Amino acid sequence: MSMSRRQRRRTVRGVQYGVLALVVAAAAFGANWGEIRRAFFDLDVTQAQFPEIITTALVNTVVYTLLGFGFGLALGLVLALMRLSSVPPYRWLATGYIEFFRGVPALLVFIALGFGVPIAFQVVINQYATVMLALGLVGAAYMAETIRAGIQAVPRGQMEAARSLGMSQGRAMRSIVIPQAFRIVLPPLTNELILLTKDSSLVYLLGLSLGQYELAKFGREALNENRSLTPILVAGLCYLIITLPLGHLVRRLEARTAKAR
Amino acid sequence: MTDHKADEAAIRVEGLHKSFGEFEVLKGIDFTVRPGEVVCVIGPSGSGKSTLLRCVNLLEEPTAGTVALSGTELTDPDVDIDRVRRRIGIVFQSFNLFPHLTVLDNLTIAQRRVLGRAKGEAERIGRANLRRVGVSEKESAYPAQLSGGQQQRVAIARALSMEPELMLFDEPTSALDPELVGDVLAVMRRLADEGMTMMVVTHEMSFAREVADRVVFMDGGVIVEEGAPSQVIGAPRHQRTRTFLSRVLDPAAAEVTEDGGPSD
Repeated sequence: MSMSRRQRRRTVRGVQYGVLALVVAAAAFGANWGEIRRAFFDLDVTQAQFPEIITTALVNTVVYTLLGFGFGLALGLVLALMRLSSVPPYRWLATGYIEFFRGVPALLVFIALGFGVPIAFQVVINQYATVMLALGLVGAAYMAETIRAGIQAVPRGQMEAARSLGMSQGRAMRSIVIPQAFRIVLPPLTNELILLTKDSSLVYLLGLSLGQYELAKFGREALNENRSLTPILVAGLCYLIITLPLGHLVRRLEARTAKAR
Repeated sequence: MTDHKADEAAIRVEGLHKSFGEFEVLKGIDFTVRPGEVVCVIGPSGSGKSTLLRCVNLLEEPTAGTVALSGTELTDPDVDIDRVRRRIGIVFQSFNLFPHLTVLDNLTIAQRRVLGRAKGEAERIGRANLRRVGVSEKESAYPAQLSGGQQQRVAIARALSMEPELMLFDEPTSALDPELVGDVLAVMRRLADEGMTMMVVTHEMSFAREVADRVVFMDGGVIVEEGAPSQVIGAPRHQRTRTFLSRVLDPAAAEVTEDGGPSD
């Protein structure tokens, strides 16, 4: 069967819209909308979440995330520099660290830090410190690879120019190479921040007091009290309040870097 | 070959060898640059002339031989190379300005971080050098906003701001659009007139002929001949020099050399 280009385009477009219409119709007629409204969009339950879901849960999510991200970024930079070191043992250590923490689930790291370390060393670690360490240790593994790639993406001539002006290796790294590397990796680092925001929900494993609840834990507690799924939806929307602006920021940064090149 | 045995040589290179792996790029170089002298190094690509220049400030570590700067031996492992490099300015083919800094900050960062100059003094010296190269109106622009010719002049000003006793130029005009070459060469010519010691790797034969005190022709990792520009460019003694010069000065005259054997 031979079709003109116009006919083929029409047919293809027709099929695509047809599939979409079928899926929408199936959802509209197949779903029990009354139940869904009761389960997910209960206004009374929603109102009961406020203001604590913002003042406690959202704030805690942000605090846990920033603690983990800050520690992870610092450790990630150190690991990235170790990966690029001319001393082989440093490279091996960093590679081993990255492979390990990238490979094990964050869940296990939380459990190990929350229960394993206190038992093994007979110490009590502050809850916030535990979160910072657990999120940071995992985040650092990813960020180290990102930062290393960023440092290597800075043209070699930059280091040569800096050294030629009499800067030491370390000074040239700090003043010239690393600032440029961070500009290059800002978008992927922001992505890592978004991932950590969601991973911060694992903090529930440590056992939390009321004031330490973050969004996911807060939502699940409310779930038990209300026999409605609405709190989950509300908590989910609160995550979006954090991540959507970050996603927007990533796209803006990417557009800016693209223009600068 | 003229012999400048005087100890005040600005650059003295002796028995210099450089290999990258198995490949020997420099096969024993001896040469000297006297203070205030302008030496142009010419030669086909791959002849080792850029490597030689980069060995002079130890961006490339020589495999054997010595490089000395006004009596200080750079190749001595106990020499503080960062301290010696302050005395040598270098200008690269690809400019290598710092893209995250403004033009003025490009000129002041090393002055402040390396020489420990105060901000005000560094900026005063930076601005004076920007005026010298004719781009003072661009001091708050970023490198990406400048033309190639402006970038290269800023790069020269950046090197001059460290007040070096000697300037190295590594094909400074090779990455420029033809109409921008003149501005950069004019700055270099003025620098030469002011008495700066310069070692210039270049393909600009008119610059070499008019500005250089001495021209060095390199091929295959050795110095084939050197002397006054009127001699090396005007009346070359060696066949290799003549072949190279005819290709550079009259590229349209080159003839196609066909490979032997079947073409598929």
